[in-house]
Amino acid sequence: MSRAALFVLADGRFPAGGHAHSGGAEAAVKAGRVTGAASLEEFCRGRLHTTGLVSAALAAAAALGVDPVELDGAADARTPSPALRVAARKLGRQLMRAARATWPSAELDALAREFPKGAHQPVVLGLTARAAGLGPEDAAYCSAYESVSGPATAVVRLLSLDPFDATRVLARLAPELDRVADRAVEAARGVVAGGGVDVLPAASAPMLEVGAEGHAGWAVRLFAS
Amino acid sequence: MHLDHSHPHAGATVGADAHRPDGTRRALRIGLGGPVGSGKTATVAALCRTLREELSLAVVTNDIYTREDAEFLLREAVLPPERITAVETGACPHTAIRDDISANLEAVEDLEDEVGPLDIVLVESGGDNLTATFSKGLVDAQIFVIDVAGGDDIPRKGGPGVTTADLLVVNKTDLAPYVGSDLGRMAADAKTARGEMPVVFQSLRSEAGVTEVALWVRAQLAAWTA
Ligand SMILES: Nc1nc2c(ncn2[C@@H]2O[C@H](COP(=O)(O)OP(=O)(O)OP(=O)(O)O)[C@@H](O)[C@H]2O)c(=O)[nH]1
Ligand SMILES: [Mg+2]
Repeated sequence: MSRAALFVLADGRFPAGGHAHSGGAEAAVKAGRVTGAASLEEFCRGRLHTTGLVSAALAAAAALGVDPVELDGAADARTPSPALRVAARKLGRQLMRAARATWPSAELDALAREFPKGAHQPVVLGLTARAAGLGPEDAAYCSAYESVSGPATAVVRLLSLDPFDATRVLARLAPELDRVADRAVEAARGVVAGGGVDVLPAASAPMLEVGAEGHAGWAVRLFAS
Repeated sequence: MHLDHSHPHAGATVGADAHRPDGTRRALRIGLGGPVGSGKTATVAALCRTLREELSLAVVTNDIYTREDAEFLLREAVLPPERITAVETGACPHTAIRDDISANLEAVEDLEDEVGPLDIVLVESGGDNLTATFSKGLVDAQIFVIDVAGGDDIPRKGGPGVTTADLLVVNKTDLAPYVGSDLGRMAADAKTARGEMPVVFQSLRSEAGVTEVALWVRAQLAAWTA
């Protein structure tokens, strides 16, 4: 298997439904918490170290072969907002379709059978990495990066933010992305070493959860979450 | 038109697969695209009214930032509510029908699972621009709807929708005298852009309404089930 598979999986154009989701950015923009490049960076930083870390650890654990059904339960327990659980499963289902078409695998088939309406996206992502012959680091990087690239591209559309500014934000976060990916993999290895899924990080961002609940009720919105 | 290649692996429904996981043939999927306000939803509504007695139908709408199209169809009661689904498109309806069709595929499959068996699923794209076309992984045939009020030079300007759609509909012909659109010129330009591919001029305000488009849809279905 090839390391370049990581580029295929991490490509923002990988057709797995992410383009319709803002990762909470639409709610934050509406609430006036994200108004430009500086506040986008703060928003992304907060997301990276909370949701991003949790997702990356789940993905890394799935890539290591931890039981995805158990990981899905762990993801549920770490996602208080029902709207976010729905979004995560929707995206998991869409990713599952793209993954099975791209890297056919018995493990993906089995998880799809277990969750016909979708498992949590980071779990599917980790298993996809595994099917693509990638390792836990790759899965963690992919997931952590997605946690910030999604909101950044959404804010380009929402605020007509200069796309170069948004890209600079992502570049500035790169060293932190490294650290988050490292921590995520370490935690995932802890699961395998006998700690069980309870040792996975459970960092949370209450404003993302609260914002998502409000956003789900809006009559007019650009993004699905 | 038939995309009858076999499953790459059991149980996975991928894009254009002509069969459902249980081996039965899936519904014919027809996409409707075209500029804002050209009459896509009105055409979908008229098709539902015309065909619903003889065929099992469902509709997926792709609104840009509201559920307006789905709500219009529900209000008009063109089909029972469980046969109408709205997909959210993240400010980019053409992405959801062309580059990343996963949400739309989920919607059509869920409709088949929940209210099937279906003969036809109509997929409407939120009004967009002249370059919006549907992926072959999502639909089997597409209709591009323009209207006479958007300017009679649109067929001449061409673009992927006008030139490649399986059917071009020029809608609102009743308005031509009021907006000074030359229908003869539109027909000639469409012919130049499309060669032998069909073009229908219609007014949903007229007696004939959607009849010709409905005939075309029936022919597509006959070919699909043949
Ligand atoms: N005069 C006239 N009006 C029409 C005709 N067809 C549709 N309309 C009207 O045109 C308006 C727009 O029609 P819709 O069907 O909503 O257009 P649409 O293409 O779905 O619009 P979007 O989804 O917003 O892109 C409505 O007010 C319709 O009643 C027609 O043949 N003649
Ligand atoms: Mg419409």
